[in-house]
Amino acid sequence: MNRGRNAWPGGGAPLLALHAGLVFAFIYLPIAVLILYSFNRAGVGGFPPRDLTLDWYAQLFADGAIWDSVLNSLIVAVGSVALSMTLGLLAALALDRADFPGKALFRRLVLLPLILPGIITGLSLLVFARFAEVQLSLWTVFLGHGTALISVAATELFAGLQKMDRTQEEASLDLGATPWQTFWRVTLPNLRLSLIAAALLIFTLSMDEIAVTFFLIGRETTLPLEIWARLRRGITPEINAISTLIFGVSVVLIVVWYRIRARSLSVFAAETSAVPEVSHELVAP
Amino acid sequence: MYSRAYKAIVSAPPLLWTGVFLLVPYALMFAQSLWTVREGVIVHQWNWHNYGTLVTNPLYASVFLRTLRIAGSVTFLSVLLGYPLAYYLSFHSGVRKELLYQLVIVPLWVSYLVRGYAWKTILGSEGVLNSFMRYAHLTHGPVEFLLYSPFAVVLVLTHIYTPFAFLPIYAALENVPRALAEASQDLGAGPGKTFARVILPLSMPGLIAGATFAFVLSLGDFLAPLLVGGASGTMIANVVQSLFGAAYDWPLGAAISVCMLAIILLLLFSTERLEKRWSFK
Amino acid sequence: MSALNAINRATGGAPEPPAASGTLLEIREVSKRFGARDVLKGISLEIAAGEFLTLLGESGSGKTTLLRLIAGFEQLSAGEIRMRGERLDPLPPYRRRVNTVFQQYALFPHLSVEENVAYGLRVKKAPAREIAERVGEALRMVKMSDYAAARPAKLSGGQQQRVALARALINRPELLLLDEPLSALDANLRRQMQSELKALQREVGITFLFVTHDQEEAMALSDRIALLRDGAIEQVASPRAIYASPATAYTAQFIGQTNLLRAEVRDGAATCGPICFRAAGVPDGPATFSLRPESIRLAEDVQPGPPPIRFQGTIRQQIYGGSTELLEVDCGEKLRLRVRISARGPMGGTHEFAFSQGDVIRVRE
Repeated sequence: MNRGRNAWPGGGAPLLALHAGLVFAFIYLPIAVLILYSFNRAGVGGFPPRDLTLDWYAQLFADGAIWDSVLNSLIVAVGSVALSMTLGLLAALALDRADFPGKALFRRLVLLPLILPGIITGLSLLVFARFAEVQLSLWTVFLGHGTALISVAATELFAGLQKMDRTQEEASLDLGATPWQTFWRVTLPNLRLSLIAAALLIFTLSMDEIAVTFFLIGRETTLPLEIWARLRRGITPEINAISTLIFGVSVVLIVVWYRIRARSLSVFAAETSAVPEVSHELVAP
Repeated sequence: MYSRAYKAIVSAPPLLWTGVFLLVPYALMFAQSLWTVREGVIVHQWNWHNYGTLVTNPLYASVFLRTLRIAGSVTFLSVLLGYPLAYYLSFHSGVRKELLYQLVIVPLWVSYLVRGYAWKTILGSEGVLNSFMRYAHLTHGPVEFLLYSPFAVVLVLTHIYTPFAFLPIYAALENVPRALAEASQDLGAGPGKTFARVILPLSMPGLIAGATFAFVLSLGDFLAPLLVGGASGTMIANVVQSLFGAAYDWPLGAAISVCMLAIILLLLFSTERLEKRWSFK
Repeated sequence: MSALNAINRATGGAPEPPAASGTLLEIREVSKRFGARDVLKGISLEIAAGEFLTLLGESGSGKTTLLRLIAGFEQLSAGEIRMRGERLDPLPPYRRRVNTVFQQYALFPHLSVEENVAYGLRVKKAPAREIAERVGEALRMVKMSDYAAARPAKLSGGQQQRVALARALINRPELLLLDEPLSALDANLRRQMQSELKALQREVGITFLFVTHDQEEAMALSDRIALLRDGAIEQVASPRAIYASPATAYTAQFIGQTNLLRAEVRDGAATCGPICFRAAGVPDGPATFSLRPESIRLAEDVQPGPPPIRFQGTIRQQIYGGSTELLEVDCGEKLRLRVRISARGPMGGTHEFAFSQGDVIRVRE
């Protein structure tokens, strides 16, 4: 009797597979609808969609305000990546290597924005801005994103540091490199994968951020808030179009990330003849 | 291996930054909650008036209870959807595991707003779902409760937070050595018993983390209610948002925020203890 | 059991025990394929009730795969496995009268030692009193009674291994599978556990199927050894038989050390470099012979018996090993042999060596 390759001896797998399929359908249904109706001449709603058209995309590309907001979002996102990654890397190094009074409190504080609803982070920074008599603008948004996303960078980089082989740093010091040189020549290259992952994630989260941005924005606007403002005025399929584009870009980013990771892992394996953790071929005896 | 200078250089900037930009704002928020508003102006008079209002005015209690109910439902549903999915991926998906995992992650990268908006177009009375049901002769008129109701909020939040619940559960399940499941079966326990006696207990920390994630984030969510909640689907964060906005009572809003923060911290503390109790390192 | 031993010793080991003595497990033409790889190629083997059989081989030889097929964690690609005549391979692991001791022990970290050992009985819903009794007995048997309430994380490797043993044996399986259980232990502990394991098997009388890559371990523990190579059985015999009469060059080299003489045979006489010996019944042409280093001695170390075959050789290297010396001897005509003699201080130069005709065994390549 042959239940197929590496058949895990577990019944009920068909039920589980069905459940998994339904969950996937649930997760992707709105996205599918969104994309589909961005081509619908009659606009959102109604069924079934007929008259496929690219008009909404044309309208989107002519819409200056949207692209201004995209530019703003990009500026904030890139800035946030720089700020969060720098402070997050230092925080990860501190958590990994240093001991000081209040370290436990520090760790919780750094990681708090990860789980805290954005509104609380946003509002407390708003109160702070008011207290410091700072005017709300893209700068405050940038500071808000940068601060909140340190937690993401710290988490990702801390995990990377933990997985790293310590003895490489020891070898570097042994061979005469200073701690600074060791950091640039050994530590950072080893963290490459984590650094890229963190950067991509922070970039995406910043581009999409609403809760914190909502309370810290001045007269300019970011992409999510521009979409939001339009939603308040009324639904148009132009929003479907931009949403579809956002989805497309996200997918591209993920594929890029996947490629980088796969290549990095295989280079690592070839160089060290170590077996990568992500392995699906059953290693026989 | 690391000199004191190294450790100092590394710890000081993030410590300073988080101190200034996280601790100080929370403290200021608390200070703010102790002031009041008189005739549209914030008055710096220290009192507990706002907290009193929260306790005595039934409006806030009812919104808060509704928020708890919604967050609870979202948590329950997210785990209900997320756990079997994670289990399937971890134990039954074979070569497709990595691909399927990415497929679960992808929506996390897609804007919250975008997904919430998509549901709005689906659930409305002229939306995709209603139109489909009329087209398929399942109904005659629009089904109203789908949109602008707590139901819609729960639906959207479940949609958003199921992947969040999934992640720690999946990580925990992946960490269960396959040999343990094999050993359990070797000793006579079928797949069901193996799950109940071995896999579930060992994945508890992940389950607790996932549930906590979903609950806390739902508790403080204000976007979904704004998109699809309508009047009956308002949550406590919306109240705060309007108090900092049009209703202009920052101190009261701050008081609610402080309460939320306190509740969340308490919750995080408890679940951390719970997770520790369930981890067997 | 000891009758089996006696038979083995007397006959130098029978490759297949007669069915009358109780064949427990029959492996018939079993093959296993992973993707494009044939890990097991038509293996057939019979395991007698009560014997200690070792599957020996390098990594990749298929020994662990075969074990996992018997345990039920993998499915056969072809062939069948029968236990006492009944088909075993369609059954899931939890229905087989087989238990496994895993390489990394696989103790449940969230259960105490006691709960680990009791697991199999609890799953069968055995009465509480019986469980308590049998758990106590099992822990006593592996000398872990003092640790009943401890968690596995607090135990050393050797202690965990004993618990894993108790957990498996308490279910009184027909067959116990052991997947390299001693490989994670350090040398001294390993030797100690080997003798304990052997004694345990004798005491409980359960059939043990043991997997290892360590040939010394295999020889110390087993009633019979099945040597696997690239998914096929190279030879099955008792340790003494397999050592004294290896069937192939691979076996001769894998188990113990040997010199492989690649000789040319003509008219019943084999020539390998400067050495000539009789090869009765061997057809003309190339043939390979195995000659163990300890079978070669200095000619001056006289031994009774028929006249030995002599040759000259120059000692190129001498490795001292406590009780013996291992010499690398250059015999001329590009022939180098390893010779093991009792320790006698540093030597050098050219000597005359000798070995008996009976020590040269013909092997297949």
